[in-house]
Amino acid sequence: MSSPESSPYAETKAKAPTEPRKAEWPLWEVFIRGQHGLSHRHVGSLHAPDAEMAIKNARDVYTRRNEGVSIWVVEAIHIAASSPEEKGSLYEPSNDKVYRHPTFFNIPEEVGAM
Amino acid sequence: MSDPLFEFLCRMGDNTLVLGHRVSEWCGVAPVLEEDIALANTALDLIGQTQLWLGLAGEVEGKGRDADKLAFHRDVWDFRNVLLVEQPNGDFGQTMMRQFLFDSWHLAYLKALMSSTNEQVAAIAEKSVKEVTYHLERSTDTVVGLGDGTAESHQRMQNALDRLYPYVGEMFLSDDVDAAMVEQGIAPDPASLREAFDAHLAEVMAEATLSIPTDDFAHKGGKTGVRHTEHLGHMLTQMQWLQRAYPDATW
Repeated sequence: MSSPESSPYAETKAKAPTEPRKAEWPLWEVFIRGQHGLSHRHVGSLHAPDAEMAIKNARDVYTRRNEGVSIWVVEAIHIAASSPEEKGSLYEPSNDKVYRHPTFFNIPEEVGAM
Repeated sequence: MSDPLFEFLCRMGDNTLVLGHRVSEWCGVAPVLEEDIALANTALDLIGQTQLWLGLAGEVEGKGRDADKLAFHRDVWDFRNVLLVEQPNGDFGQTMMRQFLFDSWHLAYLKALMSSTNEQVAAIAEKSVKEVTYHLERSTDTVVGLGDGTAESHQRMQNALDRLYPYVGEMFLSDDVDAAMVEQGIAPDPASLREAFDAHLAEVMAEATLSIPTDDFAHKGGKTGVRHTEHLGHMLTQMQWLQRAYPDATW
């Protein structure tokens, strides 16, 4: 093999980092719109160093079989989530208020499927 | 010399075949899952392009060889890929540098082929351009990210560039086959693409904080088939082992 394995540029230095390097890539949540007119749906998550790479990775991981027309990514730490412990106060009050469901109307046959 | 069009098509198909196989060697062992899948996608794109190029090569030759026959029943001296693509994967950085250098040439060449007088060549080029545009975007991002990254990733990318740069020149060498293709309006003169390539390379390497070697020595012998590096033969023993052990075996 005639190609050199040692570098004559061993002395070149990388630029000093502007912020501390993170040991791990952050987690991103991926949302994909399957067709025009539908909303974006959460399809899963992945790791990537920045938003641009997250979209590229999402393209490779989640749209390989022609699933999407638009990709959103958001860093997982920026998603505010409801707490499972608050299930009672958040959701139970609506359990006994059946009148909020629009199920008490007779739909005329001419209207067809709704 | 055999039919120049056949030679030209083998060069196109062997480039994508050999690089596609090399990239597929990462399947299951890439540094992170996301890169693993991305590399596998790239490999599959390249193998798909190989089927088109070598399929057309077989038709042009007219001796009943299809893409599979050409891929698995030729030995190393019949391969016409440039030396760059047969170089071993090395570390992830070396793989991505090889990919970037090839993608940069590949995209420029394919774009020129879209106006080929040969309609089938133009059609294959048009389909491939979409895939290769993405390959180049991705490899550029990675080369910049790692080059302008940590001290270690920077050093590894510089080593990769030093190791691979002597294989860049061959992509732009012109010979009798190229002259025949230019004459028939089928393909551009590779030498005519060098200037734009160098400008693009300088731009990306500056962003990646990497130094382009000043020595312009270029290894050659791949696209003519005169002298491949030792690595291609080893690769073929793996890629072709099934057809070598069980000739003409089918699913």
